[in-house]
Amino acid sequence: MDLLNNLALGFGVALSLQNLAYAFFGALLGTLIGVLPGLGPVATIAMLLPSIYALDATPALIMLAGIYYGAQYGGSTTAILINVPGESSSVVTAIDGYQMARQGRAGAALAAAGLGSFFAGSVATLIVAAFAPPLTELAFKFGPAEYFSLMVLGLIGAVVLASGSLLKAIAMIILGLLIGQINTDVISGTPRYSFDIPELTDGIGFVAIAMGVFGFGEIIANLGRPAEHREVFTKDVKGLWPTRQDFQDAWPAVLRGTGLGSLLGVLPGGGALLASFASYTMEKKIAGDKGRFGKGDIRGVAGPESANNAGAQTSFIPMLTLGIPPNAVMALMVGAMTIKGIQPGPQVMTSNPQLFWGLIASMWIGNFMLIILNLPLIGIWIKLLTVPYRFLYPAILAFCCIGLYTLNNNNFDVFIAALFGIVGYVFYKLHCEPAPLLLGFILGPMMEENLRRALLLSRGDWSTFLTRPLSAGLLIAAALMVVVVLMPTIRKKRQEAFQEED
Amino acid sequence: MKIKSQRDFWSGLMFIVVGVAFAWGATAYSFGQSARPGPGYFPFGLGIILAILGALVLFKALTIETEGGEPVGSFAWKPLFVILGAVVLFGLLLPWLGLVITLPLLIFISSMAGDEFHWGEALVNSAILTVGSWFIFVYGLGLTIPMWPTIFGAGN
Repeated sequence: MDLLNNLALGFGVALSLQNLAYAFFGALLGTLIGVLPGLGPVATIAMLLPSIYALDATPALIMLAGIYYGAQYGGSTTAILINVPGESSSVVTAIDGYQMARQGRAGAALAAAGLGSFFAGSVATLIVAAFAPPLTELAFKFGPAEYFSLMVLGLIGAVVLASGSLLKAIAMIILGLLIGQINTDVISGTPRYSFDIPELTDGIGFVAIAMGVFGFGEIIANLGRPAEHREVFTKDVKGLWPTRQDFQDAWPAVLRGTGLGSLLGVLPGGGALLASFASYTMEKKIAGDKGRFGKGDIRGVAGPESANNAGAQTSFIPMLTLGIPPNAVMALMVGAMTIKGIQPGPQVMTSNPQLFWGLIASMWIGNFMLIILNLPLIGIWIKLLTVPYRFLYPAILAFCCIGLYTLNNNNFDVFIAALFGIVGYVFYKLHCEPAPLLLGFILGPMMEENLRRALLLSRGDWSTFLTRPLSAGLLIAAALMVVVVLMPTIRKKRQEAFQEED
Repeated sequence: MKIKSQRDFWSGLMFIVVGVAFAWGATAYSFGQSARPGPGYFPFGLGIILAILGALVLFKALTIETEGGEPVGSFAWKPLFVILGAVVLFGLLLPWLGLVITLPLLIFISSMAGDEFHWGEALVNSAILTVGSWFIFVYGLGLTIPMWPTIFGAGN
């Protein structure tokens, strides 16, 4: 009954007044940014990182986690009501959800999304609690060679699902790894690429990169586009509850979505986006000709929404057990842990059980809060959409700049972020995805250290990565992923799936 | 030879230049041997890989036909300069003039980057955000940010 004891410990931590408040604040903020298109969880978490210096590790991570799954919820609200997915993972929700809203059934769609997500979130929390400890045990068997191979797998997994060209995505990872090389070499103490600037010998702060590329770069890109005209259905949201028929249609889709999402979330690079696409495709296949997909089928909302929430939750597993972030948000969470002096990895569970189980328990509490928050407050979220962008972006800038300055009480990070703002805008123009770059940047120093330690141990023999069974298995899995994506039929499917995103 | 995809052409070129620059920079550090890799080992290898990937992207851009040539499109110079200029100015002035002057300045200048700009609105927005930021960051989170101009002798 370890599981129950651990969960009890977790709930004890998560139910303290302070942690409840941070979970609530995170969920609220997450919903807020999820509702606002153009402001995603990556930018928000990057923005908040400096402020967590003032917090303890547990409430800080609980709050950041709340932002992450709150954004998944909020994104679906706008997807259904105004056909603008606030988050990439709710892109498919917009297809049928918006059609339902146009037929005056926005209430049913929102309720299906909310209840489905809550169910999926609850199941996924249990899965995280049950599978994290055994995976952690496995992680202790990892040597430097295994860690290196695992990171290769993680990085490849992340780009296989990136929307654009695979080649460019891999190049972006390498670019990220290289930017991560601007630091002082851990083993020999040599400063690298510092150009005698003392601030650069500590490396570039990833907050500065994230804010520059995701915050500044995207604001410039948004301002460069002509303003969109939006059609809002605010007045039509009435009759919140779905009918009996809706329930009968929706619940098998919720079950399937939860299962699929939980599975895909664990895979490196998986997570919410892939889960919702896969679930929509599956529901469409299962329904066959009887489905009204594309014309407002409730299954097209319930399935993908459950899947993306389950996936968002289980993507914590690789981060918590191995310290390896499967996506950009998790990469920021790893950064947050490091800021608080916690080395992410398998030892977190034993060295910081309060943090580990508290975070897991808070996921369920956060999900519960979200359903309370979202269903009655839908009217308020809609109002927010009327805040014009010309008020919004100066506010984002202000928060970013204050955050950047307070990182080290120094204006150096402000300038670095401005530089990366240009870089981010160039990436946007060239259709180079910045998320893999951030992953590479975070993993760069870890990868180098493990590579060099593995080579030291094997006396310079590169074959060590293939002769050690665990390491070889991970590398083969990475190679398989690339091969599968390059196969002509899958390649076509992948293009189709991402076409809808553009 | 005609460029088939403008975007990929420039991306490829960018990867090659950055890759070569990092690899070249890495030669300044000890390379070591495989058995005892030095600080230049990893960045040199990565730089070479990036340059090779860049060459592949470039090759694809020159050979594979795309619809409409995938142009890079025009740069939004005005938002780029105004936004980043406001940010750099904020960084330069904050230690001397304090948050009370620099933050409204940042918000006001950056408001000019958009298509719609109204004096009154920008001023009100600056005032609200400055008070709000002070409340959240200085009062709420207790962060140390210079508040007032140093010439008043108040320091923080």
